[in-house]
Amino acid sequence: MSGLSVADATVQYPGSPPVLAVDGVDLTVREGEIVGLLGPSGCGKSSFLSAIVGTVPLTRGRVVWDGVDLTRTPVHRRGFGMVFQDGQLFPHRSVAGNIAFGLEMAKVPRAERSARVAELLEVVGLDGYGDRAVTELSGGQRQRVALARSLAPRPRLLALDEPLSALDAELRARLAREVRDILVAAGTTALVVTHDPAEAASMAHRVIRMRDGRLL
Amino acid sequence: MRAARLHHPLSWWALAALPLAFLGLFFLWPLGTVLARGLTDAGVDLAGMIEILTSPRTADAVVTTLLLATAGTVGSVVIGVPAAYALYRLRWRGQATVRALAVVPFVLPTIVVASAFTALFGRSGGLGFLGLDQSMVGIVLALVFYNVAVVLRVVGGAWAALDPAPTEAARTLGADPRRAFLHVTLPALAPAIGSAAAVVFLFCATSFGVVLVLGGTRINTIETEIYLQVAQFLDLRAAAVLSILQLLFVGIALAVAAWARRRRDRSSTMRRVDGTRLATRGDAGAIAVILVVLALLVSAPLVALVERSLRTTDGHGVDHYVALFGQPGRAVLPVPVWAAAVNSLAAATVAAAVATGLGLIVASLLMRRTGRSAILDSVVMLPLGVSAVIVGLGMLLTLNRSVLGVDLRGSWWLVPMAQAVIALPLVVRTLVPSARAIPAPMRDAASTLGASPWQVWRLVDWPLLRRPFGLALGFAFAISLGEFGATTFVARPDQPTLPTAIYRLLGRPGIENVGMAFAAAVVLALMTASVMMVSERMRTTVGSDL
Repeated sequence: MSGLSVADATVQYPGSPPVLAVDGVDLTVREGEIVGLLGPSGCGKSSFLSAIVGTVPLTRGRVVWDGVDLTRTPVHRRGFGMVFQDGQLFPHRSVAGNIAFGLEMAKVPRAERSARVAELLEVVGLDGYGDRAVTELSGGQRQRVALARSLAPRPRLLALDEPLSALDAELRARLAREVRDILVAAGTTALVVTHDPAEAASMAHRVIRMRDGRLL
Repeated sequence: MRAARLHHPLSWWALAALPLAFLGLFFLWPLGTVLARGLTDAGVDLAGMIEILTSPRTADAVVTTLLLATAGTVGSVVIGVPAAYALYRLRWRGQATVRALAVVPFVLPTIVVASAFTALFGRSGGLGFLGLDQSMVGIVLALVFYNVAVVLRVVGGAWAALDPAPTEAARTLGADPRRAFLHVTLPALAPAIGSAAAVVFLFCATSFGVVLVLGGTRINTIETEIYLQVAQFLDLRAAAVLSILQLLFVGIALAVAAWARRRRDRSSTMRRVDGTRLATRGDAGAIAVILVVLALLVSAPLVALVERSLRTTDGHGVDHYVALFGQPGRAVLPVPVWAAAVNSLAAATVAAAVATGLGLIVASLLMRRTGRSAILDSVVMLPLGVSAVIVGLGMLLTLNRSVLGVDLRGSWWLVPMAQAVIALPLVVRTLVPSARAIPAPMRDAASTLGASPWQVWRLVDWPLLRRPFGLALGFAFAISLGEFGATTFVARPDQPTLPTAIYRLLGRPGIENVGMAFAAAVVLALMTASVMMVSERMRTTVGSDL
């Protein structure tokens, strides 16, 4: 089947006693679908997302894309993008340098790279911001750059971990709709983690809920 | 939650093997040899050990070490605390310059400080009539000269951030300024003062070059006694036994320092505010007194050093500087001083490259706090708790035979390796906070964009560590350039470094030789100070702008 399929995903953090953050979760996401993952903080939704992307190892279970098992594939070869809660922009690179990072990793030729960067700057509404230092940007602008950066290499799945939670309420509502439009326009398959039901509803085609490491 | 993707334990240990092998060969093995040599003499020999420990020479050295360290600490605190008030609590024009000048002594090599005080108190020195040459008082003044900067930095920082409200509250409750200070301000500063005092005590107790030069033949501490047992009496056993004694001494001082620092950390959770205030007309007198004391303490020896380096038999001139390029008498020094300087530069270059290269590996491995990173951290910090003299003695005892088929005996490479061992802990302490300030999710972000672990290091970690790396490189170079304690054991007599050449020249009679020593000390001071100034410009706070 095409799209993401996760089976029996389990994440346990070492410690005494060990913490069971994700407890045998199954999930499928069709290609082009935007799924919202909603739950209170500490319910394991971020751990689940990180395990799918590969930044946290699965204790048990499988992550499969288009029938190919990616469970043992390292993060940088999975082709999954991620937007982090507080952007995590590279402070030593300009706005354009941040957006181009993934393209450089994919060895995209220079001309094509700058065309793609310009295109994405337009998509996120930051035309002409390419040469700015990321430290000069406002919180909303940073998250737009973070979104553009993760979209640039055309990931087959985009994971968004509370992408708007660091912003104020008004900006959040506006950006939530914008992000959804951008994702839909690009046909990106996406998984959005949030604790805000309204945000989940406005961004996702389908919303699932999580509590205590399990889907409800 | 931290990414566990990076570094399988096996590859982590494989990378850690390099710094561990270096420390094992050039530090742990030599240290173990010193311990074994001290405890045994063809079988466990505690009687021989006790005999050395109870000899009048040893007792004398212990008493002198304690006396000097105590007096040096008290002197540094007595001058440093009021100076911290004037330079950090109060605000006035020109303060930044005075602060910068006041910490200059701390970055000077010990041999330069020793030369400067010899220039001041020696028989032909400006204050020679005081008869302080080769006296306890002269040594204590040199130790204070050195360590006031430590008290200034630690206590000044605490005082500048101290909330003035409690003191004002005490005043409204009827306390006069003196009582308010004694009962409110001083107790609040006590942890910082205690912590600074513990560090200064440690520095004073392990001071080698200053005591060796200024103490002459009469005043010996444990450190100089270790050296004399090796260099003059060729008694390696006694040196090893004294080293064990010194290790215990330093261990106790370090434990006290750690305890004081924990108390300071706990008390610094109190409100930190900007407690500085603009100096008023009424403060002028106090500031003036502090300035005069600091000026006398800091500038008198340095001025004396420069003056003596320029003083010739008939007036003043650059004769001694010219002589640095000539060949001194064979019995004085086998090579011209410029050759020793070149040797120092070469050794310091190698030492700085080794220390920062290994330091960068260690810092990369310590980014994530885990059980194994704590082990590596403490092993790498060990040389801090062992005086340079013992590092040098250990290398002398151990590497006088071939190792793995390589004959290191009398090798030129021992000098830079000893200096790298001394510099490594400081390099690591400079790099690790910056490395840990890089957020783990930022590396994850790079991975999700397709960067391999090596690319993450090259494109994210390294650009953010480049400036602290430059700072560490400069520190390591400056430390190696001025290193005396360990170098003096492993440098070959026919290949002296600049500090060992200065020491040799100081000990030879004749105005030409002493004048050359002073000129060489000025050159060494300028070299070290300029390296420190360039590298300080690299200082930055990574992550503060994120």
